[in-house]
Amino acid sequence: MYGALWRLLPGPWPVKVLLSLVLVVAVVAVCFLWLFPAIAQYMPFNGNSVQTGLPFPAFTTHAT
Amino acid sequence: MKGLRWGVRTLGEVLITIGLLLFLFVAWQLWWTDVTANREQAVAVQTLERTFGPANLAERGVADPLATLTKVPFGEAFAIMRIPRFGADFARPVLQGTDHDTLTKGIGHYPGTAFPGQVGNFAVAGHRTTYGKPFSDIDLLQRGDVIVVETKASYLVYAVDRHVIVTPDKVEVIAPVPQHPGAKPNQAWMTMTACHPRFSANQRYVVFAKLVKRIPRAGGLPASFMAVPAGTVG
Repeated sequence: MYGALWRLLPGPWPVKVLLSLVLVVAVVAVCFLWLFPAIAQYMPFNGNSVQTGLPFPAFTTHAT
Repeated sequence: MKGLRWGVRTLGEVLITIGLLLFLFVAWQLWWTDVTANREQAVAVQTLERTFGPANLAERGVADPLATLTKVPFGEAFAIMRIPRFGADFARPVLQGTDHDTLTKGIGHYPGTAFPGQVGNFAVAGHRTTYGKPFSDIDLLQRGDVIVVETKASYLVYAVDRHVIVTPDKVEVIAPVPQHPGAKPNQAWMTMTACHPRFSANQRYVVFAKLVKRIPRAGGLPASFMAVPAGTVG
């Protein structure tokens, strides 16, 4: 996988190294800015409120 | 044979990649969310201070200041919470709503519960870890500790009464009279909920505080209320 990627990158090896770094930074950026924020809300450790929508009429408007 | 070797190598590389991505996610959740949330929440507090500020005193002229706080749009910041026990400069925005998005931006107010200073229960939730972790040290709060909620009209000074640790289904902690669902309130309470234990969502650490003083904004907040209690670590 990574071998194939390395062969795919153009130019001499310093250019390949540079391009690899750019790719790594791009992947990290996509994860930090879009992927992780999107999936974080489904993580089991991210709860801080008490469950609502239970038989408490005043609180049923609240989404858990 | 060659195909098998290729397969094993690729599988190994995929597994290593997944491991790195998981590590990256942990780093993002535990470190990066704090970095961005702290910055955003500080900006939100500054914005609130500007809107609350003396420059806007004249245009207020509201007979019943609390009346203006009955309909806050979902996700909007409407108050600043200051907790001297967490540090003299501890200030966080309070926003309407307790969904995931809102809680990444500050402390969330349970819609349907009372607003600051009103009779009933001003109930809020905050992160114990990640996203700026406003309630990181909620377990350090002691009986009598002051919590100041700053709104456009006044400083509402609450004093910590007690805490409980409950499972997340115990909604009676945010009842108008905390822990007495159905009872008719005649006092102004505040309930703060955060996850417990830290890094887990199995339980909730819940603090109850009672309104002890209501100070009009015009006079400013006496510094004595923001004095950091003795015995505060860090």
